[in-house]
Amino acid sequence: MAVVASGTRERPAPLRLRRRAVVAGIVVLWLVLFALLRGRHTLALAAADLTSLHRWFNDVNDTIGADRNSNPLFLYFFNEIRLVIDTLVTFVQTLISQPPDGRPVPQIGWLGVVAIAGYVSWALGNWRVALLAVAGFTFFGLQGLWQESMDTLALTLSAVLVALLFGIPLGVWAGMSPRVNRVVTPVLDFMQTMPTFVYLAPLTLFFLIGPASATIATLVYAAPPAVRITAHAIRSVPATTVEAAESLGSTRAQTLTKVLLPMSRRTVVMGVNQTIMAALSMVTIAALIDAPGLGKTVVQALQSLDVGTAFNAGLAIVVMAIVLDRVTTAAAVRTERAQRPGGGPRRWRGPLLGAGAVAAAVAVWLSHTYVWAAEFPGEGGAGRSLASAADTVTAWAQDHLSGVTNGIRDVLTTTLLNPFQTLLTDSPWWLTGLVLVALGAVLGGVGAGATAAVCVGLLVGTGLWQDAMTTLASTVVATLLVMLLGVTVGVWMGRSALADRIVRPGLDAAQVMPPFVYLVPFLALFGASRFTAIVAAVVYAAPVTMKIVADGVRGVPATTVEAATAAGSGTWQLVTKVQLPMSRGALVLATNQGLIYVLSMVVVGGLVGAGALGYDVVAGFSQGELYGKGLAAGLAIVLLGVMFDRITQAAAGRTSRVPGGR
Amino acid sequence: MTPAPTDVPQRRGASHDEEQGQDRDAVISVRGLWKVFGPKADRVPKSSELCGLGRRELMERTGCTAAVRDVRFDVAPGEVFVVMGLSGSGKSTLVRCLTRLVEPTAGEVVLEGEDIRTADARRLRELRRNRFSMVFQHFGLLPHRRVVDNVAYGLEIRGMGRAERVKRALEVVELVGLAGYENSYPDQLSGGMQQRVGLARALAGDPGILFFDEPFSALDPLIRRDMQNEVIRLHREVGKTMVFITHDLSEALKLGDRILIMRDGRTVQCGTGDELVGAPADDYVREFVKDVPRADVLTLRWIMRDPRPDDALDGPELGPGVVVREATRAVLAAEKPVRVVEEGRLLGVVGDEEILAVVAGGEGGA
Repeated sequence: MAVVASGTRERPAPLRLRRRAVVAGIVVLWLVLFALLRGRHTLALAAADLTSLHRWFNDVNDTIGADRNSNPLFLYFFNEIRLVIDTLVTFVQTLISQPPDGRPVPQIGWLGVVAIAGYVSWALGNWRVALLAVAGFTFFGLQGLWQESMDTLALTLSAVLVALLFGIPLGVWAGMSPRVNRVVTPVLDFMQTMPTFVYLAPLTLFFLIGPASATIATLVYAAPPAVRITAHAIRSVPATTVEAAESLGSTRAQTLTKVLLPMSRRTVVMGVNQTIMAALSMVTIAALIDAPGLGKTVVQALQSLDVGTAFNAGLAIVVMAIVLDRVTTAAAVRTERAQRPGGGPRRWRGPLLGAGAVAAAVAVWLSHTYVWAAEFPGEGGAGRSLASAADTVTAWAQDHLSGVTNGIRDVLTTTLLNPFQTLLTDSPWWLTGLVLVALGAVLGGVGAGATAAVCVGLLVGTGLWQDAMTTLASTVVATLLVMLLGVTVGVWMGRSALADRIVRPGLDAAQVMPPFVYLVPFLALFGASRFTAIVAAVVYAAPVTMKIVADGVRGVPATTVEAATAAGSGTWQLVTKVQLPMSRGALVLATNQGLIYVLSMVVVGGLVGAGALGYDVVAGFSQGELYGKGLAAGLAIVLLGVMFDRITQAAAGRTSRVPGGR
Repeated sequence: MTPAPTDVPQRRGASHDEEQGQDRDAVISVRGLWKVFGPKADRVPKSSELCGLGRRELMERTGCTAAVRDVRFDVAPGEVFVVMGLSGSGKSTLVRCLTRLVEPTAGEVVLEGEDIRTADARRLRELRRNRFSMVFQHFGLLPHRRVVDNVAYGLEIRGMGRAERVKRALEVVELVGLAGYENSYPDQLSGGMQQRVGLARALAGDPGILFFDEPFSALDPLIRRDMQNEVIRLHREVGKTMVFITHDLSEALKLGDRILIMRDGRTVQCGTGDELVGAPADDYVREFVKDVPRADVLTLRWIMRDPRPDDALDGPELGPGVVVREATRAVLAAEKPVRVVEEGRLLGVVGDEEILAVVAGGEGGA
């Protein structure tokens, strides 16, 4: 025993040193071979060129298109699903956004929708979020984006409805049965490591483009949080409580309805919140496959570099995100307190709720009957002023700040991005591939190395090696910046409760934004370039890494910090020798999350000239002959994501096995 | 909070006939009970070779852990039976086997004449609803229900109507001294009061048997003493048979008519408190009871000696079950040795030196 223990205690340090030396050796060797072999075997592929795989994907697409109404799988399965979803979406759309046959306006006009939004927010949350909802929804009208907003809302709500319909029961099941959980968890893990983008291409293969497949993509993306959080809520009901209920002779059904569900209600509502936010961000991205709504406005504006319009629509998305987030969060708080009857104002709540319902019903009737209450009055003047203000600011920024912003851009591009990208793309593919596999094996162990090898092989197979390497370069550079930012702010937050209180709400707010909207301000500042996408990705991924690092630093036991302080450590020593080493697990996890977030954003950056895989995907949606290439690019993104995820997960697993996280 | 004035150790209940005839009228009768965790667990109790292995060898050979090994005991009606052991000794698993919250691997558990291992799911539920109930270390209350609804939970799932079950629940809430708190929520109560709710919930269904799984371990010492007295009071008032799990020897001695000491899943010794202190079965038990104030536990039976020819046999009389501490004054006051008499028969005598050996030997004497 003693021998073994001392053995494991002494080994990590030399092993870690050796690992660093090996990594350095690999990099040096890579540089030397790069200098010798530069430009050979680079597997370059011009933008309009296709490989046989891409053509084969095109053929598959055509075949499926031709067979869509004869193949039984489609006839009785995919088409049926599409039909059901389509019916649902169309129904919700005719309610609030699109005029049904024989009516010039939707069933419920703006007044009715605003009234319902206010009433529901008040009933589920409180009067403050109700005011927020009313103000937010009115703002959409003032922006001149009423119909677009309602389309987005309709799609989001339809997707959330279906996602919860399946997600919550599945989550309850997974929470109660460890076996189901074991099956479900890896699938959910995989789904969550996928950048949002890549769901879209394969789905269009089966469900065509349009609102139905946008809704399906959205619900596929939005269901995992519902399943996961519900399962987690069920599982975190204390075992003693369940045991006590059983010991009193509860049946399984009684345990579920009287113990498990009531005790996990609050957490489940938080899951609903997550589902709604995920759905909203996906619905906006689904604009790429022709989903109607705000996302489409943003995409069109981005493609024509019309910052003003993009800003106006992006702002509407932000407002909708804030309203939905605040209302569901307030609802979660209420479910917790609602279990406590008693107190003065509650006596009036019943009658007031009734009166509110009547008022909302009247508003709905008015908006159904009269045109003034159905179509939002005014021409959306506020929206136009916003757009032109944004244009003015952009013009000013480009005139006056371009010195600074271009300077930053050029310095980073020439010193960091370009050399690194050249190294990746101009090395022979087998050299870069070998380096990736070797780094994977050294950092993550044999398993991760094997995964990397498979991914490299498949990446070569997609025919998009060089594009993948370009995307990889942007991703790595952005992740480096994210970690720099994340560790600095994270440590600050972890060490100071005050900093945490100030910064965290901002991070929470930033995290509910759909990734799209991050592009807009940076497009204004940096113009259309790779760099815009990278900066947007950094800003998009920073909040999650900051939070993880902050939690890791805070998780260092207070006694350890106290002991180190008592031994006379300075602040810098405390951070570098105690707090960061002890939160190494959190750092690796932060890197993992940062990489995944950055990857999904770098791809969205394809819209603003980031090129490479993101561009391939976007082009694939819009040009029929590039469809196969876009699908292959989506696949390549998945492969990159899986490779990063496996390596960092394995590294995280290894770190946490070493006692004390050394 | 009305602590009963019962700090003095007394032997209660059916402690006289513990040696003979338990099988006939025992409320709980456990035979050859095994619980093995791990792959193909049921082969372990069947194989006499595997049975003999120690914890580590068994793990190496089979990947299994035996939490309860071949335990047998009987509990008489109205008795308070304490199972005691350190953490990991298998005592919590044992009590869960008795209610089949943990499924036993082998053996027989007869509760009120019925082998519960043969009960199907429906019958087991009926038994749990009507015959026995359990109090848990971490309370296991429902945070979203008020005290009265927590207490009524067991009645509710039986299908009892609301008015009736609330009435019954209020009675029990009153019984455990929580009157006035019936509309509070569990997290508004202190730990001790929460456990009173747990107790009330267990009593609400009026079961014949109560199981306690370290119910007071999570409470601080003063509250714990209060709750122990509460259990003694309730036992006197409602007379339930109780099986009480604890890792605290003084709690065991205070509450238990008989105590079973477990180690590594096995029974080390089973007997009354004075038997454990007076005649420890092995060094493990001896170590355990070392710090017990012997004068409070031992009875005259354990310290009396045979009369010597020079003893005057006309001193005062005391029963063999009198605790030493109680007898001290009488013995020291008497001129002559005290005679220990049971049913008119002279068992032995106790003189000053015997008493002083225990009292002055004090806390640790062996």
